Amino acid sequence: MARYIGKRLLLAALMAVLASCVIFLIANLVPGDPVLAQLGDVAASDPAIVARWRAKWGLDLPLWERYGIFLTGLLHGDLGISIATHRPVLDDIRQYAPATIELATIAFLLSLVIGIPLGIAAAVRRDGWIDSAARALSLLGVSAPTFWLAFMMLAIFYGGLGWAPGPGRIDPIAFPPEGPTGLFLIDSIWSGDWEGFQDSLAHLVLPSIVLAAATIGLITRTTRAAMLDSLQQDYVRVSRAKGLHEWAIILRHALPNALVPVVTLGGLAYANLLAGAVMTETVFAWPGLGRYTFTSAAALDFPAIVGITLVVSITFLLVNLAVDLSYALLDPRVRR
Amino acid sequence: MDGSLTTPPTTTLDPPVLEVEDLRTVFLTDAGVVRAVDGVSFRVGAGETLGIVGESGSGKSVTALSLLRLLDEQARIVGGTIRFKGQDVLAMRPAELRAWRGDQAAMVFQDPMTGLNPVLRILRQVTEHIVSHGRMPPAEARQRGVGLLRRMGVAAPERAAASYPHQFSGGMRQRVMLAIGVANDPALLIADEPTTALDVTIQAQILDLLRGLNEEFGTAIVLVSHDLGVIASVCRRVVVMYAGEAVEEAATAEVLADPRHPYAWALVNAVPRLDAPIGARLTSIEGMPPDPLHLPQGCRFEPRCPFKIARCATEHPPMLEVAPGRRARCWVTADGRSLPRPAVPATPAAPAARDAAPPLLEARDLVKHFVLPRRSLFAPAEKVHAVNGVDIALGRGESLGVVGESGCGKSTLARLLTRLHEPTAGSVLFEGRDITHASPAALRPLRPRLQMVFQDPYASLNPRMTVGEILVEPILAHGRAASRQAARERVGELLTTVGLKPGFASRYPHEFSGGQRQRVSIARALALDPAAVVADEPVSALDVNVQAQVLNLMQDLQQRLGLSYLFIAHDLAVVRAFCDRVAVMYLGRIVEEGPAAEIFAAPLHPYTVALTSAIPEPGRQRVVLGGEPPSTLRLPEGCAFRARCPVARAACAEPPPLREVAPGRRAACHFPGDFAPHPTPVRSASLADHQRR
Ligand code: SF4
Ligand code: SF4
Repeated sequence: MARYIGKRLLLAALMAVLASCVIFLIANLVPGDPVLAQLGDVAASDPAIVARWRAKWGLDLPLWERYGIFLTGLLHGDLGISIATHRPVLDDIRQYAPATIELATIAFLLSLVIGIPLGIAAAVRRDGWIDSAARALSLLGVSAPTFWLAFMMLAIFYGGLGWAPGPGRIDPIAFPPEGPTGLFLIDSIWSGDWEGFQDSLAHLVLPSIVLAAATIGLITRTTRAAMLDSLQQDYVRVSRAKGLHEWAIILRHALPNALVPVVTLGGLAYANLLAGAVMTETVFAWPGLGRYTFTSAAALDFPAIVGITLVVSITFLLVNLAVDLSYALLDPRVRR
Repeated sequence: MDGSLTTPPTTTLDPPVLEVEDLRTVFLTDAGVVRAVDGVSFRVGAGETLGIVGESGSGKSVTALSLLRLLDEQARIVGGTIRFKGQDVLAMRPAELRAWRGDQAAMVFQDPMTGLNPVLRILRQVTEHIVSHGRMPPAEARQRGVGLLRRMGVAAPERAAASYPHQFSGGMRQRVMLAIGVANDPALLIADEPTTALDVTIQAQILDLLRGLNEEFGTAIVLVSHDLGVIASVCRRVVVMYAGEAVEEAATAEVLADPRHPYAWALVNAVPRLDAPIGARLTSIEGMPPDPLHLPQGCRFEPRCPFKIARCATEHPPMLEVAPGRRARCWVTADGRSLPRPAVPATPAAPAARDAAPPLLEARDLVKHFVLPRRSLFAPAEKVHAVNGVDIALGRGESLGVVGESGCGKSTLARLLTRLHEPTAGSVLFEGRDITHASPAALRPLRPRLQMVFQDPYASLNPRMTVGEILVEPILAHGRAASRQAARERVGELLTTVGLKPGFASRYPHEFSGGQRQRVSIARALALDPAAVVADEPVSALDVNVQAQVLNLMQDLQQRLGLSYLFIAHDLAVVRAFCDRVAVMYLGRIVEEGPAAEIFAAPLHPYTVALTSAIPEPGRQRVVLGGEPPSTLRLPEGCAFRARCPVARAACAEPPPLREVAPGRRAACHFPGDFAPHPTPVRSASLADHQRR
């Protein structure tokens, strides 16, 4: 087991280095010039200003030299300075990432907590009403456009019924909870701010449902298919012949085998939730990475884009690592 | 219980463990209702053993599943009763059924590879129902679990208990399955083809365990199998099933000696037996079981029955007592008469003289190692030692059998000889020419004369081509016909040769039954007038009757066309019935080789002795060999059989060469003939028969 983990970690580190190289190259080779985006039409037409500006940001150096600078910085934990905000990219990311991580994680847990039991129930009561309801719900979740869903949710539960708070991470007049992580739920517990916790949680409800909608659908369908397959295996019949209770058969024998494809999908889904919250964050005025990405891309802010991409790809790698480890936990045949 | 009032006073007070009355199970399919089990009755008392035998589709497995109500959703029990110690099983509510299953009645299934949950530890799977039925607290159950594994002959039971299923061989897994089955000392154990997936020496070990359970604990056993030999070696009584019905029920020995239903008669005589005269034709009946959606109105066996009378086509025979303790479902034997023995088989043509002629196909010191992909960058490369120095020669007009258990390298040998694989070392000669490293282009002109038939005819026939196209292709490709028209005529002839109608040429492979498909692949092998046919387990996927048909066909073709066969098989009785000469393989080497009759009458190598004695046949003294073949990744030093050999000695640390130990017989053993608990009591009549020829 330890060897397996060691091997995976080594592989992940190797992949991260490779990814940084590829990301840097792609970002610097795509056509598009930040000059125009940053300086405006008038200044951009003055070659002297442009040249000075380029020299300032190191854009006049040859590519390999820029890559060298980037790599040296990277080794010191420095992702460079954002062209748009003039702040270290790492600081920017540190500021925006917790909001996204919190939202994506809650959305992810929501998808698992709803999707897996629903999928199990749909498989066990195949073609029953639960199965039909689960199918309808999945279809809705997967096919409803995010922005539409977001506006509908806001309109109904905030505007209409007033059950949920409005956009943002927290009540605009309240102080954000103090704490080391930037994750409001954890920080509020850390600082014993009970009201802050309630407020943050309430603000998370609508956006996380919107963000999770598609993932819930996918996880439900995958769980259902995997469970149906697993319930048809011979060992399930053997368990019946043992006289085990039906729930013991489903949970102890069928489920662990069915979880393997669900874990695969779950890992992918979590990474996607982290990287793909742009729409939801925009509608819910969520100060997260999604919005930061959007503004940086619009400004052709290369250091920021590279930094974000690097963070996202490392996240993917970490999630992948987690997936691999869960395989090993679930399936003894993988542990070698 | 109200049942006791109607029970006749003659029966004993204890009801039998299992009493099945007129059981009817149907499948609800889109095409209609399939009557899978249609009126089956039997009873099994404490300490009794009952076999249920039949070909695939006869309803025997559905019967077994019905007994514990383990059927899938689309199957329903629609009639009859099942009583367990007087209790009505069909009336049990789900909770009662659960409490009963796995506790008093248990089941062991066919495939040990899929029957164990891959993600749970062995011990957990053996003990969970001891705990869930409230027999023992978990700690005690774990101790019992380890004890059960030991009792079932699982090596190193403490370590095995903590392992996962994938770390075990099929034989070991079936032992675990048996341990699961008997964990709560059930009164009734139902075993559905428990040894079908296993090799013959392992099968003997498992059957031994079953017998032991019955003798020691008085467990009533219902054993379902397609193999009469398996049933005969465990069961005192047998029910023969055909098309969903029980057609005969009697003591196993009586059925074997004097079957009273024509289907049972066909079954008994289609099985090649070790004590039959060499070269005897097997008795086979034509046709196939009836379509379960459109069962004949009279006797269901009538379309295929060699004994039918006028009444059979219109009136459905009931199960009648034909002799004390014997019941059969047949109009002809209803009055208590026996069926005649099959016609005395024609003496096969004397094998062609082949001493002087050079061999047709020959292997010299043939070696094949497969290099496995490395597990990681730094792991050493591992090799599967599939074939490790084989010398073998196939003469003209001869049929040579190669037998051995799975993994012994026999299939690899077949593929080396036909040059589907390239040997690692050694040489292959065909018609005197060295083809060891011949290129595909150089092999092309030889291919027509050296053909191969595979085990699974379905996998080897292109499903998108009609049988006609499949057969025309090689004929045209090798220029064996002047025109397409001529080729098509040749296809018609070929189909007739293998006993199919010429009109079948326009059908696709899936429209045929397994036996017919195997005929098609034989026709394809014959299309180019081969000299030698290498057949890799050509009949092992077929029911016994179909197997008999295909073997008879192959034998006829040999005589008519002068073919030579290299016949790969794991079934020794089949090899004995079919082959002039036999080579026994173990761990990639030939350990014994010689004339079939002599090898089976007096095997010399200890492995051959064990192998021949492991064949389940009634009334045989058996040698049950312990252990399993060693891994092919690392070959043992000295004699490869040493770890399992009952007569191994210090000298066996030296590898024994394959040498002539008697005229025409070769064996690779330092002490040939030392291990001789002479296991094959040859029936005197057939021995005399054999010597007269
Ligand atoms: S009843 Fe007639 S057709 Fe049926 S098995 Fe007996 S003889 Fe054959
Ligand atoms: S050489 Fe020795 S170990 Fe090998 S089979 Fe003969 S007696 Fe047994």
